[in-house]
Amino acid sequence: MAVQHSSPTNGATHFHEHTSSRPPSKPCEPCCKLNSILQLGATSLLVPQCYPAPWPTDAPTSLHGYIQPGAAPQPMNPMVPNTYQPNRAPYGPPPTGPPPTMKPTSPPTGPPMANATPPPPKADAQCGWAVNSPLSPTEPDCQEEDIECPEPVAGNGPQAPNSYNHVDNKMAGPPQPGPPGRHLGHYPSLPPGYQNTSAPHNATPPMHPAMQAATQPYTQAPQPYQQPPVGPGPAQLSPSLAAMSLQSSTPEALRVVNLLQERNLLPPSPIPAPTPCLPQDLQKINCNPEVFRSTLTSIPQTQSLLNKAKLPLGLLLHPFKDLSQLPVVTSSTIVRCRSCRTYINPFVSFLDQRRWKCNLCYRVNDVPEEFMYNPVSRSYGEPHKRPEVQNATIEFIAPSEYMLRPPQPAVYLFILDVSHNAVETGYLNVFCQSLLDNINALPGDSRTKVGFITFDSTIHFYNLQEGLSQPQMLIVSDIEDIFLPTPDSLLVNLNECKELVQDLLKSLPTLFEKTMETQSALGSALQAAFKLLSPTGGRMSVFQTQLPNLGVGALQSREDPNQRASAKDIQYLSPATDFYKKLALDCSGQQVAVDLFLLSSQYCDLASLGCISRYSAGSVYYYPSYHHQHNPAQVECFQKDLKRYLTRKIGFEAVMRIRCTKGLSIHTFHGNFFVRSTDLLSLPNVNPDAGFAVQMSIEENLDDMQTVSFQAALLYTSSKGERRIRVHTLCLPVVNSLSDIFAGADVQAITGLLACMAVDRSVTASLSDARDAMTNASIDSLSSYRQSVLTIQQPGLLAPACLRLFPLFILALLKQKAFRTGTSTRLDDRVFAMCQLKYQPLAYSLLMIHPALYRIDDLTDEGALNINERTIPQPRLLQLTVEKLSREAAFLMDAGTVIYLWIGRNCNPTFLSQVLGVPSYAAVPDNLYLLPELDTAESQRTRAFIGWLRDQRPFFPSLHIIRDESQQKASFLQNMIEDRTESALSYYEFLLHVQQQISK
Amino acid sequence: MAFTFAAFCYMLALLLTAALIFFAIWHIIAFDELKTDYKNPIDQCNTLNPVSDPPPPSCVLVRGARGVPGPSGSEGARGLVLPEYLIHFFFCVMFFCAAEWLTLCLNLPLLAYHVWRYMSRPVMSCPGLYDPTTIMNADILAFCQKEGWCKLAFYLLSFFYYLYGMIYVLVSS
Repeated sequence: MAVQHSSPTNGATHFHEHTSSRPPSKPCEPCCKLNSILQLGATSLLVPQCYPAPWPTDAPTSLHGYIQPGAAPQPMNPMVPNTYQPNRAPYGPPPTGPPPTMKPTSPPTGPPMANATPPPPKADAQCGWAVNSPLSPTEPDCQEEDIECPEPVAGNGPQAPNSYNHVDNKMAGPPQPGPPGRHLGHYPSLPPGYQNTSAPHNATPPMHPAMQAATQPYTQAPQPYQQPPVGPGPAQLSPSLAAMSLQSSTPEALRVVNLLQERNLLPPSPIPAPTPCLPQDLQKINCNPEVFRSTLTSIPQTQSLLNKAKLPLGLLLHPFKDLSQLPVVTSSTIVRCRSCRTYINPFVSFLDQRRWKCNLCYRVNDVPEEFMYNPVSRSYGEPHKRPEVQNATIEFIAPSEYMLRPPQPAVYLFILDVSHNAVETGYLNVFCQSLLDNINALPGDSRTKVGFITFDSTIHFYNLQEGLSQPQMLIVSDIEDIFLPTPDSLLVNLNECKELVQDLLKSLPTLFEKTMETQSALGSALQAAFKLLSPTGGRMSVFQTQLPNLGVGALQSREDPNQRASAKDIQYLSPATDFYKKLALDCSGQQVAVDLFLLSSQYCDLASLGCISRYSAGSVYYYPSYHHQHNPAQVECFQKDLKRYLTRKIGFEAVMRIRCTKGLSIHTFHGNFFVRSTDLLSLPNVNPDAGFAVQMSIEENLDDMQTVSFQAALLYTSSKGERRIRVHTLCLPVVNSLSDIFAGADVQAITGLLACMAVDRSVTASLSDARDAMTNASIDSLSSYRQSVLTIQQPGLLAPACLRLFPLFILALLKQKAFRTGTSTRLDDRVFAMCQLKYQPLAYSLLMIHPALYRIDDLTDEGALNINERTIPQPRLLQLTVEKLSREAAFLMDAGTVIYLWIGRNCNPTFLSQVLGVPSYAAVPDNLYLLPELDTAESQRTRAFIGWLRDQRPFFPSLHIIRDESQQKASFLQNMIEDRTESALSYYEFLLHVQQQISK
Repeated sequence: MAFTFAAFCYMLALLLTAALIFFAIWHIIAFDELKTDYKNPIDQCNTLNPVSDPPPPSCVLVRGARGVPGPSGSEGARGLVLPEYLIHFFFCVMFFCAAEWLTLCLNLPLLAYHVWRYMSRPVMSCPGLYDPTTIMNADILAFCQKEGWCKLAFYLLSFFYYLYGMIYVLVSS
């Protein structure tokens, strides 16, 4: 019998093991521990020597102590980072074990952080999402640029603010009372560059190597990118560069950081994804981290090593991302490995001209005759120069073997709630208007079909048959046994019947104006829609405004609003019925995806309704308290989202298979899809805004492998009826030491994956369990780092530089809407946040976890980006603490789906008048959702910056301008993650908790 | 030597355990098929869970190049979970009636496990245990496979125990 008896202990279960693998001496209830920490924190027993004062957590007291950055910069010496370089040599790099084995040809210009590929916001903005048109395969110049495109031009990128500028900003921190020597390295600290110059070496001797190294990072790492800064000339820079290259034997990522001592952990600009330690030629062609990213850029050799590191291993994908340049290959034979069916990719090896070795299963394959000819260079005999072997991201036009039926046309069915409640919200107008505006921009070809169904307590179909003078409404009131009145004429060809469709859209809002029907038979409407779409497949867009309460799939309200804040554990995160799930699976089988737009002010049981989208690979949009008059911000959001939704690219009848090198296996998938088999996802629709996460485990030891590869192949039918395969390949080095694993950890990806795992955990177990698991994840990995990597034990909470943000991100997750406790959170809001964490691509979900805070009343053009003749200022990222706010300034908080502009009470009058167009603070209106278009430099800069932030994501974040006393201030302050709230720890307290757990 | 009710119970249990062994083997094979990509989880769950209505037509387009069409061959054996639990429950009751306390005690843990397992099943409108959307999760798959092996071992051992018990009862009475 071919039955495998596999052991369930594998790396991805790491997350599950926490509660059980903890020694009995460590109790598992953080709650009780947290309480004890609160007490300890007050008396600061744990770290007596380090903390002159607890962190200010209260806004009013700390706001006053601020110095305006420009007002009184302390005199400083820009040479400082250089002058102390020689001093550092005796202390040497932090003890970190052997250097990585896989770095033979890595550039000697600096530590990996410095040459990591930064995230390409610029490329993103340029590359835009509207650019769908693939380049022809024979166009020679498209081949090279595909992957390169996101790499920013040195010096111009967002990550390149002047380092001295950066120091300037730091001076805006709290002024340091007392002699500098005494407070050396203490928490509210001097800028890093200064700490060591006056450092008496005997202050805290064991801490020094770490601290010295620790002071170096952000002032230096960006330097290689810089244009000649305003301060010192190139001559002055070179010594520090030289020092850095001397030091390059210790990877920057492994520099020891004492989290309790170093406060300003956030880099001034978005954190770049770490670069895998690969030979440069491989790295150059590796997949773009925005598309394909691994939590560990160095893969451990064995499962036991992975278990030891206590870090989750997984991949984060954004496979259908809009790319500006994508090489497209048309060929009759697509070269694939004969045994594992891997597509040929840049990481295969050519044994000779006629044979290639698969990098996933190591089978030797023949190179087909056709492949010998290179259409790009029009030369023969150079298979390794083919575009397939030059690009890690490539798209093939698939021949007919890849079809089981003729490619389906683009079919869109809209299912609209027209009950009294729905009409009241006024969404129909917006929807019909948006669709009318974009009806020609719907992706599709001459075969495109559309259809409409409306429902309240009955189901209304619309006969749009060609030849009718006006749309004909057919009402089916038998909702128990739904049938299609005229199956042939409900879905019509858009081009042939465009006028009828337009007529219908114009009359729909008025048709139901006076309806008094309050019931909603969503279940039956969905069944009808399924019947309508199942012969072709396609997309259903469901607009729902209330809890479905009639017929099949009726739901009851499960939420008790009084329990929101006080409940010990959150219930009802899992669906109440499996009706929606079963229907979604049926839809998935018939290549139908369901997108859900929920516009509701009341509880709608998203946990149950969401299943319809989750398992049919749809997306969920949620507009709480949507109303056309009372909530203009939501209306704008809805309009913009709808425009993007209607016009974005779409792939039909898709499947995605993820292959990986023999020895690795896929453990769990996260996202919206149905898992068809161990490595195959069924995606009835795929859209460019969907992200996926995959947990991996190591089943066999990866001995004697230098690298492993992962390949995601997405087979889909484009809206033009072409069958296409988009292939992404990622190559990563294999390492066998813990220190190398830690050096390659990608803290953002780890956070993203942990968030997905925690969502699963909250649904299957409980929310508190998930919260414990996240806390334990940070405790375990840092304690493993301390025990296994650090050779010299030092006091404090030590983390490698690459994981220095890990506790902060974990704390941010604990305070995220999805996982927070103690604060009143509507169940639907929470469930929606969970959905978003699961299916948003990493770049977007990160902002929802850890928002970005900028000071924007003093935007300058310095270090600004230049995109399409627009200058986009790049202010520095600030930490999320009230301490960073100042009454004299205005701050912008970008929380992913919403942007807050907070205006301090004594805000600079120039800003008020030039940007907001009001004479004084008191004149700022209470509900302001957009900035006036003023013809001033300040206004232009601010609007350009906000516009740029918005352009970076596919959904539309609404802008809320809030004054110090407005009601929304609470939601703004809730995002101040590092501060303490009534129910949650401050960052510092959390660190103490982690430290206490580690030292146990 | 007399043919008592206890002996009858043991004989019946012997036969039924043979059936349970078959179920356990079938269960292991089913999950192995899932693991080796041989079957669509929806089809497989429809065969494992008792279903009243016919399963929806299996997905059309997704076989891709690896296509192994999986015609569900065991339509007749649909829904083996509940029968298994019921059979086991049935002979537990029989042993209770026959006052075979030791045998009953040996079976109680499994009975309790079955009850627990059925109580903690995912939200479903029909009877059954397996949810096609979570079944492919590696943890659940591994758990189910292990469950199958453990049950097979248990049933095999109890088969021989019942054989021994039957002979013992027949001889001693």
